[in-house]
Amino acid sequence: MMPKKHSFPVGTFILSILVVVGLAVVIYRYIYGLGAISNLSDGRAWGLWISFDLYCGVALAAGGFTLAGAVYIFNLKKYRSVVRPAILTAFLGYTLVILALLVDLGHPWYIWHIIINWNVHSPLFEVGMCVMFYTAVLALEFSPAVFEGLSKSNLPVVRHINWHFPWRVIRAIQIPLVIAGVVLSTLHQSSLGSMLLMMPETLHELWYTPILPILFLISAVAVGPAMVIFESTLSTRVFGHKLDIDVLSGLARVIPYILGLYLLLKVIELTAVGELGLIFTAYPQNLLWWGEIIIGVIVPIILFSMSDVRQNRSAVFWTSVLIIIGLVINRFNVSMLALGMRPGYFYFPHWMEFAVSVGLVADALLVIWLAHRFLPIAHQEQIVEAEI
Amino acid sequence: MKLNRRTFLKVSAGTTGLILLNKPKKSSASDTPNKSGKAVLVDTSKCVGCWWCYAACKHAHNLPETIRPDKEHPPELDSNILTTLSTMKNGDEWLYAKRQCMHCEYPACVTACPVGALQKTPEGPVIYDSSKCFGCRYCMVVCPFGVPDFEWEDPTPWICKCDFCTDRLAAGLEPACVDACTTGALKLGNREELIAEARERIAAEPGKYIDHIYGEKEAGGTSWLYLSTIPLEKIGFPSLESKPVTLDAERAMGAVPPVLLGVAAAMSSIFWLVKRRNQMSQEKPGDKKEGRK
Repeated sequence: MMPKKHSFPVGTFILSILVVVGLAVVIYRYIYGLGAISNLSDGRAWGLWISFDLYCGVALAAGGFTLAGAVYIFNLKKYRSVVRPAILTAFLGYTLVILALLVDLGHPWYIWHIIINWNVHSPLFEVGMCVMFYTAVLALEFSPAVFEGLSKSNLPVVRHINWHFPWRVIRAIQIPLVIAGVVLSTLHQSSLGSMLLMMPETLHELWYTPILPILFLISAVAVGPAMVIFESTLSTRVFGHKLDIDVLSGLARVIPYILGLYLLLKVIELTAVGELGLIFTAYPQNLLWWGEIIIGVIVPIILFSMSDVRQNRSAVFWTSVLIIIGLVINRFNVSMLALGMRPGYFYFPHWMEFAVSVGLVADALLVIWLAHRFLPIAHQEQIVEAEI
Repeated sequence: MKLNRRTFLKVSAGTTGLILLNKPKKSSASDTPNKSGKAVLVDTSKCVGCWWCYAACKHAHNLPETIRPDKEHPPELDSNILTTLSTMKNGDEWLYAKRQCMHCEYPACVTACPVGALQKTPEGPVIYDSSKCFGCRYCMVVCPFGVPDFEWEDPTPWICKCDFCTDRLAAGLEPACVDACTTGALKLGNREELIAEARERIAAEPGKYIDHIYGEKEAGGTSWLYLSTIPLEKIGFPSLESKPVTLDAERAMGAVPPVLLGVAAAMSSIFWLVKRRNQMSQEKPGDKKEGRK
């Protein structure tokens, strides 16, 4: 269970520096305001944090609900070994969303206003509620690993507490938790698309469609398994245990169907409204469109349809990277690059905006590293289950 | 184009019906389209660019006052400028069009605000309550007219926009800018009556105005209405369709309760079916099953 301890200190040192720099920028922001650390303006009120931390962060956390649903609802036991890493990544992803919002909001100390002042017509209200509840659900879904870790601990007070009791409580409500997670994720992934439905005049026609919420959900379901392949491959490389190729190729096998449905819906929609020609004529936006479709959809469909690719660890890994890049391009397109907002304003993120986002990601990587060191992530459940 | 999308939606409802189960729900704001609310008619042909509206607005809202702006470089709206002029040189003469919050009939900002800090009042104004706001700036992103602004340099920033001088209206006064207008280019009144008057003015002097009242239909209609000698799109106003920009989002939001219940029911039944099938097919002891309580 113990990882190779010496493989990481340099990495953790760099990550710690990035976290500290990010933190310093955040403190500076609280003293001098958003204008001092960002290139955001009246014409570009949303920037990197919304596009990357919110739009990409939530989509890339989709591995949590897709894998939890596959294993606990559809009973696909093969994937049990990757559920915990997936849920941990999702939980950290959502934590990052909240932390980024605490930087991005003008008055982060009033974030609780959303609990008392409801506007049920607002897509952003739905987003806020889903973030809140789903983060709680993810924390509970992951908590058994923490209890298992604590029960093995030798710390003075901790070892005298009976960690089996909360563990059993959570295990008893596990299925309702997973179902709640799937429901909240369905709503949340799609609501990020609904948010853009408020901008029919400023979001480019290649992307604006009333079915945006559905496209958002489907692309998130497709990127979920890709993200699980990505991060479990990386963590097995760092921590030295091997993941069954069967698991990887099984995940890779379903992805083409989901991406295929996504592509089909996109093309049908554009055809139905007579705007398919825009993919050739709407220069330069069509390049962005082709970028996300070729990199993130067409090439991965072809690659993952080949059984040779699915049996090769690094081919599976790099194809998943393509899917992730494609999704990131898509989320940046709809929330920044193809979104007009107000004419006459140019936006490129300030270096301190990057520092905040990079610091948050470094933060998450550190937590993942700590979790793999101290908690039963990869070898879940066997330890405690054997004792009951 | 957008109508085609609507048609497409109906066609594809069978397969992709997630968000289509409900008819569009009207927001609290759009329940009562503002038939009798207050409105202002701007006759841009009467505006001479004296900037008195600009000065009066700053004075009425205790904003830092400046020298008279230059018509060649008119300022954009920002957190200290709630009304300004768009200017354009047309041949030898200068054209001016006043810019401020349009106080939409179906305001995107009101639907967008997650905490309900923006509201459309029955009297016409779209007003902002900073005590609810937490600074998410969604209103700024969705506004089709690009109106709400933000105090970027302030560590405790709020949204700033024209409030139609709600307090002055309540006291029976005209908004500060209307009161200050030196040429009668601004007229406060009832929206329906002002639209009728605008039509009369267009008919009375054929060829003077273009035959379009900007704000009558744009984005579902606004409380500020414009008569002009050239299309306002040429002077920087957005070119908008007549349907409210909130329609698709409100339809999607209306689908949330059925989707919530539907997905919960579907997942529960799939879990039950899979579990039952497994129990039937392999009645072996010792095979521990996930999720059994």
